[in-house]
Amino acid sequence: MNLKRKDLLGLDGVSREEITGILDTAMMMRQVVRSNNKKTAHLQGKSIVTLFYENSTRTRMSFELASKYMSAAAANISASASSVAKGETLIDTGVTLDQMGTDVIIIRHPMSGAPALLAKHVRSSIINAGDGMNEHPTQALLDMMTMREHLGSLDGIKVAICGDVMHSRVARSNIYGLTTMGAKVVLCAPPTLIPVHIEKLGCTVAPTIEDACEGADVVMGLRIQRERQQKGLFPSVAEYCDNWEITPERVALAKKHALVMHPGPMNRGVEIASSAADGPQSVITQQVESGVAVRMALLYMLTRKEGQF
Amino acid sequence: MLAVYDKTIIRGGRVVDPASGIDAVCDLLIENGRIAAIGENLPCEEANVIDAAGKVVAPGFIDMHCHLRDPGQEYKEDLVSGTKSAARGGFTGVCCMPNTRPVNDNASVTRYIIEKAQLRGSGVHVYPVGAISKGLEGTEMAEIGRMKQAGIIAISDDGKPVKNSNLLRLAMQYADYFGVFIMSHSEDKNLVGDGVMNEGYMSTKLGLPGITRAAEEVMIARDILVAEAEGKRIHLCHVSTRGGVQLVREAKKRGVRVTAETAPHYIGATDEWVAGYDSNCRVNPPLREEEDRLACIAGLCDGTLDAIATDHAPHHQDEKRVEFHIAASGISGFETAFCVSYTELVKKGYMSLSQLIEKMSAAPAKLLGVEGGSLAVGSAADVVVLDPERELTVDAEAFASKGHNTPFHGKTYSGAVCMTMVGGRVIYEEA
Repeated sequence: MNLKRKDLLGLDGVSREEITGILDTAMMMRQVVRSNNKKTAHLQGKSIVTLFYENSTRTRMSFELASKYMSAAAANISASASSVAKGETLIDTGVTLDQMGTDVIIIRHPMSGAPALLAKHVRSSIINAGDGMNEHPTQALLDMMTMREHLGSLDGIKVAICGDVMHSRVARSNIYGLTTMGAKVVLCAPPTLIPVHIEKLGCTVAPTIEDACEGADVVMGLRIQRERQQKGLFPSVAEYCDNWEITPERVALAKKHALVMHPGPMNRGVEIASSAADGPQSVITQQVESGVAVRMALLYMLTRKEGQF
Repeated sequence: MLAVYDKTIIRGGRVVDPASGIDAVCDLLIENGRIAAIGENLPCEEANVIDAAGKVVAPGFIDMHCHLRDPGQEYKEDLVSGTKSAARGGFTGVCCMPNTRPVNDNASVTRYIIEKAQLRGSGVHVYPVGAISKGLEGTEMAEIGRMKQAGIIAISDDGKPVKNSNLLRLAMQYADYFGVFIMSHSEDKNLVGDGVMNEGYMSTKLGLPGITRAAEEVMIARDILVAEAEGKRIHLCHVSTRGGVQLVREAKKRGVRVTAETAPHYIGATDEWVAGYDSNCRVNPPLREEEDRLACIAGLCDGTLDAIATDHAPHHQDEKRVEFHIAASGISGFETAFCVSYTELVKKGYMSLSQLIEKMSAAPAKLLGVEGGSLAVGSAADVVVLDPERELTVDAEAFASKGHNTPFHGKTYSGAVCMTMVGGRVIYEEA
């Protein structure tokens, strides 16, 4: 199957069929990642550029490897966030890349809406690799792939997401994706880190982390950046941990087979205890593998033209 | 080129003049720059005749709040393009805010603005607003007396709210001595934080940092309380929230000398327009929600909000063709003010045409204490001819303003401005 869209800017508005199609294709792609000969011809003759205005290890690396495993010409550009305001404009950069013949531009940007702006001005397909507090669709797709593999289906499962929901693009993409797939999403965070009317996106907000974890199929942590404490959003890491840290005790309130997940990078001892992150229920390392597979699937499906293989 | 007569007759239009209570089809005779007579079938020998049959003839609009960017940011707008744009919008007088470069915080900048507007402007009266504090820095008072002498109409640190309440209090006392009042940009910058749009469902959905309504309301309350304690006048700029309207309503009931304006975009657009990250929807205060929009309309209707002011804020396209976060804040507003207001307020049945004209002419003229806003015999012939029922599609590229930044581009409204006249001289006429 191929995607009937030019870009993947987010999971808002992406259908159940499309998500299922991506996850199914990703399962096949994972065979490549696991094989001894990681080279296919899926992207032969295609040009893929990663344009990152923020630091990233796993997202960038997995896109790059995904491109290379499938024989694309892959290049990357790093722009420091500080150059955004004074350097070349995003539109000019995009148009320049376009002229060099890129097929896909993968962008990460500190400002919400930047991929949407780029998509309006270039011919290349745009994949959002994380924009501000808006969306990080490939992360949610790899999360769903990991969940689906372990739990069989996403329909009716309960996913608890705990941490900095306010600033999290991972949370938003997971809310869109998971609710579309029939899952129930429950959020938990200090009230200062819960954005207003988030429940209108189709999730609920639990009063305590214990409520969130109770009977959950998945307990997912979100990174808590130290700056949030300095900005006065909560008083101390110690108090945060008392009330919101994912610990083995809290995970024990979830279903027996429940998964512990985290998009990384983790702040061990802040949003998640090492004993939970490294415990038997953790699938955090497996998420990374799913990441390469999902990105291979997506690149393939976005570049493939109707009727082609 | 029009023939020059000192007599002009605007023939057969529906003359709507809320200040003198006229709403009738008749002629308007103008002599030596003033209204000489209103009546049916006025004699027109030796007069330049303007046919206004089927049109509305009203006092020219007066905008209490705009940014003409001159001196210093002429790439965004200057006194030539800005006054031309104002004339096209039906304005015969505009108050330009002091956040120029250099800031209009001294008499020489004030004089520069007035002189350049007179020499090179379209003919629209330009009333400069001086700064409250030197450099808009909120610490030392600017030379209000000298600026008044040079021609300022009011003072404001627009864009940079006066954080220090005592400075506001002292400026209120001091300015009152010179017959100058404060126009307050009411906003608590701490509550604004790094927000770029209204805080609500849309900011959550778009992942854009939100600005709580409290940022505006806290300062409106503060401004009202300081004015109340001092017994002095305060004018609140661009009120955009339901709570803000309510605070003004209650203060007026208590007898506080407070007046307020809102802008066409707060009655004609909401934060839903930000979907798609259109940077032309970035404005400060931000576009709010439907309940706020309706509250601003209700405030205009019941007199809580005295006037409609554009907050015309032209920007260069380079400052808007960027990420929403770093896009400049503001809307180029002169040329859509009437059609948006007419469509949202009159066509939708909230108020009469006469009431709208009052909000855009008589009321601001009275608040500012300037001529205009009336077609009574003897008044200055500052007149606008309108075709309210004519539909038009907003084309930002065709604006006379250098700023093409508007969220209304491509949208269809009712209400065309056909002709603008200042002191009996036609300064804009539709092609």
